[in-house]
Amino acid sequence: MNVLTVDDLSVDFVTGEGRSRAVNGVSFSVPENRTVALVGESGSGKTVISQTIMGLLPEKAHVTGGRVLFRDPASDGEPVDIARLDRKGQTLRAIRGNRIAIIFQEPMTSLSPLHTIGDQIGEAAQLHRGAGPAEARELTREMLSLVRFPDPARALDAYPFELSGGLRQRAMIAMAMICHPALLIADEPTTALDVTIQAEILKLMKDVQETLKMSMLLITHDFGVVANMADEVVVVYHGRVMEQGSAAQLFGNPQHAYLKALLNAVPRFGMEAGERLIPIRPIEPHAEGFLKSGRTQAATPGTPLVSLSGVTKRFVTRKGGVFGGKPHSLLALDDINLTVNRGECLGLVGESGSGKTTTAKAVLRALEIDEGEIRYDAGSGPVDVARLSGAELLDYRKRVQLIFQDPFSSLNPRMTVNDLLAEPLVIHKVGTPAERAERVRELMRLVGLDARFLRRYPHSFSGGQRQRIGIARALALNPEFILCDEPTSALDVSVQAQILNLLKDLKRELGLTYLFVSHNLAVVDYIADRIAVMCRGRVVEVAPTRELVENPLHPYTRALLESVPEPDLDAPLDFAKLDAGRASEPDAWPHPYRLDDGMAPTLVELEPGHFVCAPGLSDRAPVSSVKETAL
Amino acid sequence: MAFYVLRRILTMIPTLLVISLLTFVIIELPAGDYISNQIAALKAAGESASIAKLEFMRAEFALDRPFFERYLIWVGLWPGPHGFDGLLQGNWGWSFEYDKPVAEVVGPTLPLTIVLNTATILFVYIVSFPIGIYSATRQYSWGDYGFTLVGYIGLATPNFLLGLILLYFANRWFGLSIGGLMDPQYIGEPWSVAKAISILGHLIVPTVVIGTAGTAAMIRRLRANLLDELHKQYVTTARAKGMREARLLLKYPLRMALNPFIADIGNLIPSLVSGSVIVSVVLNLPTVGPILLNALQSQDQFLSGFVLLFVAILTLLGMLVSDLLLAVLDPRIRLGGKAPS
Repeated sequence: MNVLTVDDLSVDFVTGEGRSRAVNGVSFSVPENRTVALVGESGSGKTVISQTIMGLLPEKAHVTGGRVLFRDPASDGEPVDIARLDRKGQTLRAIRGNRIAIIFQEPMTSLSPLHTIGDQIGEAAQLHRGAGPAEARELTREMLSLVRFPDPARALDAYPFELSGGLRQRAMIAMAMICHPALLIADEPTTALDVTIQAEILKLMKDVQETLKMSMLLITHDFGVVANMADEVVVVYHGRVMEQGSAAQLFGNPQHAYLKALLNAVPRFGMEAGERLIPIRPIEPHAEGFLKSGRTQAATPGTPLVSLSGVTKRFVTRKGGVFGGKPHSLLALDDINLTVNRGECLGLVGESGSGKTTTAKAVLRALEIDEGEIRYDAGSGPVDVARLSGAELLDYRKRVQLIFQDPFSSLNPRMTVNDLLAEPLVIHKVGTPAERAERVRELMRLVGLDARFLRRYPHSFSGGQRQRIGIARALALNPEFILCDEPTSALDVSVQAQILNLLKDLKRELGLTYLFVSHNLAVVDYIADRIAVMCRGRVVEVAPTRELVENPLHPYTRALLESVPEPDLDAPLDFAKLDAGRASEPDAWPHPYRLDDGMAPTLVELEPGHFVCAPGLSDRAPVSSVKETAL
Repeated sequence: MAFYVLRRILTMIPTLLVISLLTFVIIELPAGDYISNQIAALKAAGESASIAKLEFMRAEFALDRPFFERYLIWVGLWPGPHGFDGLLQGNWGWSFEYDKPVAEVVGPTLPLTIVLNTATILFVYIVSFPIGIYSATRQYSWGDYGFTLVGYIGLATPNFLLGLILLYFANRWFGLSIGGLMDPQYIGEPWSVAKAISILGHLIVPTVVIGTAGTAAMIRRLRANLLDELHKQYVTTARAKGMREARLLLKYPLRMALNPFIADIGNLIPSLVSGSVIVSVVLNLPTVGPILLNALQSQDQFLSGFVLLFVAILTLLGMLVSDLLLAVLDPRIRLGGKAPS
């Protein structure tokens, strides 16, 4: 029996520029107690479908055809056509939040910051189940323990900003579940979360589904999540269903070219050494002219380019707000020892708050470090970056460039592409105006963009194109070292493959060195030669990519690798093994990895080239010798 | 919380001192003082008989002392000709123009000023909130456009013109006496119910006139703030729970849109006092506004200094109130800075 049947649904958006069709004749159904995944890239219409089912379409959207039939298994009544109901009417309101509930992507913004979560969760119970305030509070407490809040009674009076992202998403799930809905719509429920938290939330959703016997419509772009959660899959593209069937069918034998292409674009562990992702729209970088000439290769590849030794950074935060309070210091980087060799790509992996971006900023000298040294070898021996000034610093800025995470906010919307790309040249007074114009055109060709786009503004480009503009800007000064700060995390998988391949090709063509910061292990696995794993401001493991993925030694690295959902039905997440939240607590790691406050995170070379933070073994190899080999 | 309130009040003391110094600097900025101007005028007229008396007065009010000494004597931190006798001791100074102590000049006007300002602030908030909410929730409707038009007219019309027009009609239709804050027969009379009613009746026109511009500005700002909030994700979350639109609006986005307005209470007061000077003159209101204007013109320095300080104190109190209200209403401020666990 189907809880939800979407039948030939079409939705139009009416804007000032006319009508555009967001959903075009989509049909699928969600059977009882099953999970259906709605998969597609941004702009595919998957969110519009979910809004239609919830009756939450924006004013300018109109259902132009088809039906959305909801049959409540709890009552034997006739199915209701949600598409026909008044969006603000009583009938739909009685279903919304009661029989159909939704979880959103962003747990940060989905909750009101001014109301306690107890208040916000209990609200639906008061609305739909006629509960009084006391009863609603009790129900909320039950719900919070169902979603495994550490201390449900205390959490009732907590405000969202006092909770971590994972706990907020748990609160969202509790809110959706409180009326025991027949259908749960989960709109990218784990996209904004760290990978270990994602695994926990996915497990939680499965458990809750089991307990409450409900159906789930999971909206996602992540095939790893699909493989682990879905019974059936619906692939949408440009508002149309491309392919649908059981998960086994789709992963085992994809039919439609779009789905095949999408599956080929996802980075997986254990790809062959030379294997490339196949993006839907590949681009060929054309290196020529000044770019091809590159920098005079003074130093040979493989020698250390940047080395961090004992880098420590504390952030002082005044806690207690306007009520006063003592300053607190937060150890953002604790004795970081890392080396990036010329010509390699070092992947820096960690969850949010692990210090990976702080490390990148320290190398860029965008923030001052408290202790330690960052030495950069520009060809004439290592120089302490902190001591650079004047012309030397200017030269360093030309050599080291940054590619940002968010292609939308990192380009000034009031500047044309031409201005954006020429700006670094103008700042560093490189070339005559004619030479600059030529360089800018070269840069555009290099990232596979048409030089005719130079007069456009960033808003007329897609996310992937903008990121290519960002890459071109980073390359404008002919740098040798590029810090990539999560360059693909805001992009769709097909575009991600395109950008990753572009970065790989550019590195080869131009002899670049990368420090690639990312939370996505599969992406780092694809692009990096060596990987450094960070946790709570410490480097816990450094090893060549293949070695790290196949033979992880540190418990945190293991937990990280185990929580990555793979787009493969034969490699499901081992939910039973997930040890809720403990893997990122340094004082909970087993001996010899256990790290208490104030202990130096000593790296020990357990196997050739494979360093692990194991203070318990530091007597085996003296610290000094370890540091020397690590550099 | 108690500690916060205490600390907040204690920080007002140095602020007040700095403000009093600045005020004193400002009123002393024009060359000379009231008495030396008088002396100059008398000399020009060839009358030297009363000059001696004025010279005596200069010494009496310590106007012949150096700047900082004058300031400290005014505040009451330095012994003047009659020992410690300044603001701190409750002596608000002497008004040369009125030839009376400042306390007697401004005394009767202070309560009326506070009443008028409070009424105006209430008027601004009471009128602008429903209209702002209406305009935001029905963006680009006829009602929204209508209120926008009225709002712009309100912003653009000179206050005193509006005041005169309203006075005319109030007089014609309701028989209200022109100008003042009460019917003439009550002036100087002891308080009575009839006098209070008369004051309430006379408050309407000045309140509307002084409040119109503020109301129009606030409607626009509330509309913009609320429009921002209405598209936030947490509003959709609340809607997805099946909440009624009206209840949802009041509980979530409006609450969020309120912060700037509460933070604004402190800033509203000085702008109302200074903005209402011309209106008060035109409508002949017995508030401190016209007195301030006069005092500044004739360099009646102790009087103008006291009025400026009085407005500053009102502002500080307004800011204290808005800070405390914000802390009560917004948990992010109350519990601010707590790290996510």
